[in-house]
Amino acid sequence: MKTVLPAPDISRAIVRIAHEILERYDGAESITLLGIPTRGAHLATRIAAAINAIEGGEVAVGTLDTTMHRDDLRTRSPKALLPTLIPAAGVEGRHVVLVDDVLFSGRTIRAALDALGEIGRPTSVSLAVLVDRGHRELPIKADFVGKNIPTSRSEVIKVNLIEVDGTDEVTISEGGVK
Amino acid sequence: MKHLLSINDLSRDEAILILDTASELARISDGPMKKLPTLRGRTIVNLFAEDSTRTRISFEAAAKRLSADVINFAAKGSSLSKGESLKDTAQTLQAMGADAVVIRHPASGAPFRLADNQWMSGAVINAGDGTHEHPSQALLDAYTIRKHLGKGAKDLSGLRVAIVGDILHSRVARSNVLLLTKLGAHVTLVAPPTLFPFGVESWPVTISYDLDSVIPQVDAIMMLRIQQERMHEIFFPSAREYSRYYGLNRDRVNALNPKAIIMHPGPMNRGLEITADAADSARSVIIEQVSNGVSVRMAILYLLLGGAPIEGGIN
Repeated sequence: MKTVLPAPDISRAIVRIAHEILERYDGAESITLLGIPTRGAHLATRIAAAINAIEGGEVAVGTLDTTMHRDDLRTRSPKALLPTLIPAAGVEGRHVVLVDDVLFSGRTIRAALDALGEIGRPTSVSLAVLVDRGHRELPIKADFVGKNIPTSRSEVIKVNLIEVDGTDEVTISEGGVK
Repeated sequence: MKHLLSINDLSRDEAILILDTASELARISDGPMKKLPTLRGRTIVNLFAEDSTRTRISFEAAAKRLSADVINFAAKGSSLSKGESLKDTAQTLQAMGADAVVIRHPASGAPFRLADNQWMSGAVINAGDGTHEHPSQALLDAYTIRKHLGKGAKDLSGLRVAIVGDILHSRVARSNVLLLTKLGAHVTLVAPPTLFPFGVESWPVTISYDLDSVIPQVDAIMMLRIQQERMHEIFFPSAREYSRYYGLNRDRVNALNPKAIIMHPGPMNRGLEITADAADSARSVIIEQVSNGVSVRMAILYLLLGGAPIEGGIN
């Protein structure tokens, strides 16, 4: 197991993503950050804190669970649902930024887009991820990337965050089957 | 878990998973996402060999909100009323490709026969069998109690629940005793001696014949319907006497502790086991039980049908 992103790099990546988001949307008023639980939700909270530190406002932040919209539901045992919390302003007319920890096949993001479509019609949707590891199975790309990490399919990328895992670190290991 | 036949099929953790899933689903349905695509293409048959309003509608609403196809099948107007056997009905449903059957049947144990005999491969959900069990009702009752009184806890530890009335004929009471005690609640059953089932002493509950002494001590009181259609003997001298000793009226509502909630699985006999002002009082969560029922049944359908098909019997 090898650390590819130590704690300071994670913090820097989050601040940089916050700046890039602000630059693209010209301020924080129209932005809604939606994190995909579990770790994406914590990353969204951190990016929101970074944006607030830069802009001095309160950017809208929430969570979006994709479980019920996944295309692989039939191939595994049913999972417990995770919270979906949409900020009071809703998504209609907002620039929604989806936040996840790792972008891999793109299937989670497809499910997130479907879930989002049920809720409303945002003006735009973009995607921020801490790690892009390649191997897309769908035509989906990230707009804001913490770090691109080239991997082989069999390797396992693990994002650890203090809120869940007690430590901030991204590791890569020769895994079995993922 | 392949079927839901009895609360005994559920571990404490599985029961809590159903309640947690239901509360997440309730939040989604309260918000803008009314319909989820999760069970698209799955067929759920509501096989109701006994009358029902809320359970059937509730299962139907739950299935439709998850995008499943629903076929309603009532005894009246079907070949069941021509004397078709359960086996033939089951094989017909199998041939039509039912992924799950929600069955209500006047015979205790009918859902077990359906599940155990390999007549059909789908999941079987017991929606009330005779005087035996009604697990989805118990789950929605536990959900309602937890939501009002749980203070954020996962289970019902330390809560005191009274179940009052026709225990003898009540599948709701049986399922609730199993589930509420599994979740750590203390259950007191209150009824005249004639309305307790044989062997009730061995249940993990307290038994009382005196409603007035129980009332101030409970956090939730669940009134049961007097099931006249199942009463082929005389169990109490008169309806007026029953209602005087065991009915929930305004005085008894006032004697409840201030946070206690009033529940009833419906349909109510207003004026018999519960007066109108008790049923409509601010403490009553009877209507809310109905809406919670949809979320709980969505959770049951999702957890039974949402994942990969499970081969074999109950696990």
